[in-house]
Amino acid sequence: MTAADAAGALREPGTQAAAARPPRRGRANPNLVIGAVLVGLVVGMALTSFVWTPYNPTRVDTPARLAGYGADHWLGTDKFGRDVLSQLMVGARTTLFVGVVAVGVAALSGTPVGVVAGMARSRWLSEGIMRTNDLLLAFPALLLAIMFGAVFGASTLTAMIAIGVATVPTFARIARARTLQVMSTEYVLAARAAGRTRLAIALRHVLPNIFSLLIVQASVSFAIAVLAEAALSFLGFGTAPPTPSWGRMLQEAQELLSVAPRLAVWPGLAIALAVLGFNLLGDGLRDRFDPQLDDRR
Amino acid sequence: MFLASLALASVTVFAFMSVLPGDPARVALGVTADPESVAQLQARFGTDRPLAVQYLDWVSGLPTGDFGRSYVTEATIGPQIVDRLLVTLWLVATASVLALLVAVPAGVVAAVRHRRPSGAFLSGMSQVGIAIPSFLAGMLLIALFAVHWGLLPAGGWTPPAQDPARFVRLLILPALSLGVVQAAVLTRYVRSAILDVLREDYLRTARAKGMGPYRALIRHGLRNAAIPVVTVLGLQLATLLIGAVVVERVFVIPGLGSLLLDGVANRDLLLVQGVVMVLVVAVLLVNYLVDVAYVVIDPRLRRAR
Amino acid sequence: MSSAAGNAVLTVAGLSVGVRDLRLVTDVSFSLGPGERVGLIGESGSGKSLTALSLMGLLPEGLRAAGSVRMAAVDHDLVDASERDMTRVRGDRMAMVFQEPMTALNPLMRVGDQVAEVMLLHDTQPDRRSARAAVTELFQRVHLPDPERMPGSYPHQLSGGQRQRIMLAIALANNPSVLICDEPTTALDVTVQALMLEEILAGVEREGSALLFITHDLPVVAMVCQRVLVMYGGRLVESGPVREVFTSPRHPYTAGLLASSRFEESDTAGRLPTISGSVPAAGHFPAGCPFRDRCPAATEECAEWPGWTGGAAHGFACWHPVGRTGQ
Ligand SMILES: Nc1ncnc2c1ncn2[C@@H]1O[C@H](COP(=O)(O)OP(=O)(O)O)[C@@H](O)[C@H]1O
Ligand code: SF4
Ligand SMILES: [Mg+2]
Repeated sequence: MTAADAAGALREPGTQAAAARPPRRGRANPNLVIGAVLVGLVVGMALTSFVWTPYNPTRVDTPARLAGYGADHWLGTDKFGRDVLSQLMVGARTTLFVGVVAVGVAALSGTPVGVVAGMARSRWLSEGIMRTNDLLLAFPALLLAIMFGAVFGASTLTAMIAIGVATVPTFARIARARTLQVMSTEYVLAARAAGRTRLAIALRHVLPNIFSLLIVQASVSFAIAVLAEAALSFLGFGTAPPTPSWGRMLQEAQELLSVAPRLAVWPGLAIALAVLGFNLLGDGLRDRFDPQLDDRR
Repeated sequence: MFLASLALASVTVFAFMSVLPGDPARVALGVTADPESVAQLQARFGTDRPLAVQYLDWVSGLPTGDFGRSYVTEATIGPQIVDRLLVTLWLVATASVLALLVAVPAGVVAAVRHRRPSGAFLSGMSQVGIAIPSFLAGMLLIALFAVHWGLLPAGGWTPPAQDPARFVRLLILPALSLGVVQAAVLTRYVRSAILDVLREDYLRTARAKGMGPYRALIRHGLRNAAIPVVTVLGLQLATLLIGAVVVERVFVIPGLGSLLLDGVANRDLLLVQGVVMVLVVAVLLVNYLVDVAYVVIDPRLRRAR
Repeated sequence: MSSAAGNAVLTVAGLSVGVRDLRLVTDVSFSLGPGERVGLIGESGSGKSLTALSLMGLLPEGLRAAGSVRMAAVDHDLVDASERDMTRVRGDRMAMVFQEPMTALNPLMRVGDQVAEVMLLHDTQPDRRSARAAVTELFQRVHLPDPERMPGSYPHQLSGGQRQRIMLAIALANNPSVLICDEPTTALDVTVQALMLEEILAGVEREGSALLFITHDLPVVAMVCQRVLVMYGGRLVESGPVREVFTSPRHPYTAGLLASSRFEESDTAGRLPTISGSVPAAGHFPAGCPFRDRCPAATEECAEWPGWTGGAAHGFACWHPVGRTGQ
């Protein structure tokens, strides 16, 4: 489920566009377009939910329970009579919130750590950082979140911190690898010869150069975060009721699988499309930023 | 190196699960308890000793499967973990084999035919597969095979020794739900590894010897492509193990995951600590085996050690 | 110009290579007699490698060849032949040594197995045991040190020169009637280049193979080859016996190549290079004579392709050939 760890550790696979015919200049990259549309859909749903939802998503309406598709409730209602579409819309908010915080935590702490490891003069420092990183890799996001939940109690906060912490090594690794690359380029060597401080070099040369890579990773990590959040809510380690969340909608749908499978279909579709969107967006951005992957000689 | 990681991981797990939450005797008796009975319980749990001693006591029992006694049920933890671990291993092993059986051919075809519709279709399918969480796949499979067609049971578990036929029937759906998602992820990496290999000069040499494209790829490409794929496989096995936690919940399977979640629900922290440690050891062990696999596959690394 | 091809082992006629709407090699025709050693020269980007690869049917994905390539005793054209037919030709009738010995061998397989494979593939040796013996003998012939133990080594344990000899052993294993070498010494240390050339020469002599030797190193051509083909902009611009072409080139491009090669040899003081400008990227050669934008003798006439003057074995394509002052 968490391809992100792998994605960070390795050169990402040649993506669709890299493998396809060399893209002509100006021709839209399908990954980028589809990814952006799907992500836009999720974001749009979340934003709309702030100003409008068909119903209050937590409003219990017992007479209308388990209503099918219809004019009153477009996507029907659940076993408490809550409107499925409204829950989906507000659930998008939860998903994005967890993703933004988790990826933010990971990027904002992992990147500086990786840059320091890449620029450190002392081998001890850089080795120490990378070993700590490897240790952290032994604790996948889901496990970490369950540990956090066991000790501090399950909540949205523990879930997103756990996912964020588990994603730190991915960013640290990428940042370090790219920093090492940038540090050996001629313009950095020249800047060092001219007596620029390390901080100045980091700000002027390193960060701008790793930025695009970080954006790509952020998108891919976001997909992982969405998956992890869904799994945690499904297990009851994420967002607590009554706040709607896609993972918990699925969990509630499970016992009704024989009665109302559609209750599982919609949140399931939402999760899958969101993950697909962020993954495709990441691929598309990678193709855009890294034309080397183009398979022309 | 491996042992150092193990030691470090055990300290981390101990510190997180045993030190952070506070003294289990106090937790068990509540804040209003009188100091005397707290002290009594502490003596029984052994938590009146210095932390370093407690840690050494715990960690020295691990190699022999002694995980201590639960503070909640007072049952020994070790045997439970071993029982449950076996269940989870069945699930994970079957899922990995399924994933490899699907992903290697699919990845190879997707790479070789990457300019044709069939290759693009396979890549697209793998993208979609990656986006489906294993528990969702599990629910869909239950909805179809158990509820709709009534072909297979929706959940439960029987040990293989007791009723092999039922064991297999029960294993199919959970193994599929874990395996399908892993297959999708692996397909992507196999494809990219093969695409890289296809560009290599030695493959052209093989063709120049008179090998057909598939034959050259199988004889000279697969092993070279295995190097990056093994890395991912290692990471995947680790996430598969964790993913099993969720799938066990969907299919009501009494594996390590269920034990972990029950432990959390009962606030049985020593049990949780034990299960977490087992999972972390498994992850580290897989990483270590990946390193060993590199050396087996690649003669260039042999000299270096 | 398909004369003199009566007993040729390889006959190339009107060979072109293109990718999508771009022509990379245009209308190349030549033939190789049995055991004949022919050089193919030209600057980087002239289309030499693509020509060679299209003979083997190993063009990179997306590139297509047209025209005709025939081999003696092969009853089909090699252009557009089926993959199955080509697998029987490659490594058996026609073999190739590539430029880069560091990457041309499989890093995970013992070199002996990589050599044995080509014999087992074409049933030249009946089983592994006899193939192993044949490998040792081949290693002896190309003068690899320790031919008993060398087959058990992996490529990374060998030097560039040793690896290239192994490539040569693979190429010669089945006694091919045509051997193609694409810049086989370019990636090697200067000190081992001469040794490698001797191995190639000895090898084709022993096996009686015709040799198509690609290089941009003219002295090497003078040493190895009997005849030379000069290529520029994807076209053959001149051909003939090495001695004649090198002493009295007719095409201005050949003359430029020769002058700059002499200049590099003798003089390190900074004078202007003899051919001005550089090879354009594929698709950016001028129409007509591709050398027009760099040629000192170019006139308006050169906007049209000059056509071939002379015979297939000796001729050139130029409106204003360099004067025949000597002879
Ligand atoms: N796969 C390819 N796709 C497009 N153009 C190519 C490809 N391979 C080679 N070329 C172009 O064809 C021209 C001739 O290449 P090549 O035969 O390798 O030249 P040479 O071997 O004489 O240096 C070059 O301009 C090169 O850029
Ligand atoms: S045809 Fe014209 S441009 Fe071409 S080489 Fe001859 S003189 Fe020069
Ligand atoms: Mg070349």
